[in-house]
Amino acid sequence: MTTQGAAVLAETESTPRRQRRPRNGRGGAGSLVLGVYSLLALGLMLIPIVYTIVFSFNSARRTNIVWRGFTFDNWLDICDDARVCEAFGNSIIVGVSATVAATILGTMIAIAIVRYTFRLRTLVTVLLFLPMATPEVVLGSGLGSQFVNFGVERGLWTVIVAHIMFCISFVVVTVRARVASLDPALEEAGRDLYASPAQVFWRVTLPLLMPGILAAALLCFALSFDDFIITNFVSGNAETFPKFVYVAASRGIPPQANVIASAVFVLAILIVVIAQLSASARRRKLAKSG
Amino acid sequence: MAFGAFANTGPDLSAAAPRRRSYIALILLLPGVLYLVATFVAPLVSLVLTSFKEPGGNFEVGEYVFAFRWENYTEALGRFGEIFLRTFGFSAIATVLALLISYPLAYFIGVTLRRYPLWQSLTLILVIAPFFISFLLRTLALKAIFADEGPVVTALQSVGILGPEDYLNGTAFTVILGLTYNYIPFMTLPIYASLERLDLRYVEAGGDLYAGPAQRFWRIILPLSLPGVVSGTLLTFIPASGDYVNASKDFLGSTSTTMAGNVINDMFFQSFYPVSAAVSILLMIAILIPVIAYVAKSGSEELL
Repeated sequence: MTTQGAAVLAETESTPRRQRRPRNGRGGAGSLVLGVYSLLALGLMLIPIVYTIVFSFNSARRTNIVWRGFTFDNWLDICDDARVCEAFGNSIIVGVSATVAATILGTMIAIAIVRYTFRLRTLVTVLLFLPMATPEVVLGSGLGSQFVNFGVERGLWTVIVAHIMFCISFVVVTVRARVASLDPALEEAGRDLYASPAQVFWRVTLPLLMPGILAAALLCFALSFDDFIITNFVSGNAETFPKFVYVAASRGIPPQANVIASAVFVLAILIVVIAQLSASARRRKLAKSG
Repeated sequence: MAFGAFANTGPDLSAAAPRRRSYIALILLLPGVLYLVATFVAPLVSLVLTSFKEPGGNFEVGEYVFAFRWENYTEALGRFGEIFLRTFGFSAIATVLALLISYPLAYFIGVTLRRYPLWQSLTLILVIAPFFISFLLRTLALKAIFADEGPVVTALQSVGILGPEDYLNGTAFTVILGLTYNYIPFMTLPIYASLERLDLRYVEAGGDLYAGPAQRFWRIILPLSLPGVVSGTLLTFIPASGDYVNASKDFLGSTSTTMAGNVINDMFFQSFYPVSAAVSILLMIAILIPVIAYVAKSGSEELL
């Protein structure tokens, strides 16, 4: 806050009173109130996260509701309740499979949509948009009753089928932006240097799209890993991590569930922070050389 | 992230590479499109068909045959009319609360912190942090925080806002709060995306023309950030209206807070597939009306 105050001071000093620019976003009492409000809102939003992490250190056994003292035991034997670990493993299997398939399918669509004109373009756009605008419970009950109608036995693979479905649109949205900002001159340069279309794709286009594709894959994995609403309708007896938590909610959740959730959280935050830092480092390098 | 879906934050596509017609487009599109037809369109059709079915001849549980049984719909509306109203009421209140919390927050991150990129990305990470920790465990954490012996109830009882016998879990209050909490990032991110691109020179020009702070907000800042507000509203309202975790009795709700999603879930798992399907279709129609209005306004080119 002190730097902001200094910025405001500097500004009022250097600019004559009558021409003073509006102070939107430039400090002042309004900004102070806004900042305090925002930090308060962010703080409140973090409380359930902090609670979940703190209770991963609770020395309770089956019902992790009342604080019974600090312990590292839950972190040391995560698989004490074998079902937690199995559910976690299933979530990883589903997340990785769905992410790989949805990222490939979605990237192909994203390239087609930006690069080519085709008939029924609007129809395809609507088809990609609708799954995002449909409540998950409708997607889940629809696919679930489809499986029931056709007598398909539900299990992990039907969960994978469902997760690929809801991921595709998100992948298209994320990768599409990257395709659209791609400079076609770079591919042209590749062709000028006698690269075959396949070579241009693998050695120019794909590497340039990679940041977008990676972001899409991360998003898809995160959506898949945390999805419960759709999973519940299509999973049969197979248990993913969120489904384990839901089923266990009525009779008490072992603290190991909190350990897994906290570990995933810390890992994800680390990935995001590192990505942010490397992106800003790259920007600075570019700014220096350009 | 994917919120560009509604926030119109993507780059201007009209400036993209010249479009060619090619069989390659077909090869690129076909697998994904066929997949969505098989796993999204076909189930929707199947849902519509299921919603008209009636119990089969031998009355086995879960056995249904196709018939044009409109009664599934009239029964669903009659039996669950109140639940539909509650669903949209709860979701609407949660959406408004999320907007009231998100707008100032998004403005702070997108405009006030513009000169401090490090703080900007740090606060942004805090906004998306909830995405990285289990949604169900966070909701259970809220349940513990609002528990009868928990900190909030105890504090409210000690200052006399709540009576000694009053409680919070299982009431509309906690369910709406849970919905608000769980969907706030979906509101904040699109508003942030549009405020982050807000050209402050327009606001300065307003000031030069003697517009006061309130006028500058209502006539310049808000209209320019409206696409983000509309996107955030849809992204919050749609999942909130289909949510059945917050309102279920093992989480923040009770039998008196049942929402449409709970009905769909319960009916599905009791093998009452036609009722479950009819409620799903009704929910889908109710959601599609505002979405179509939005699409009609913004055009299909900006859908994705």
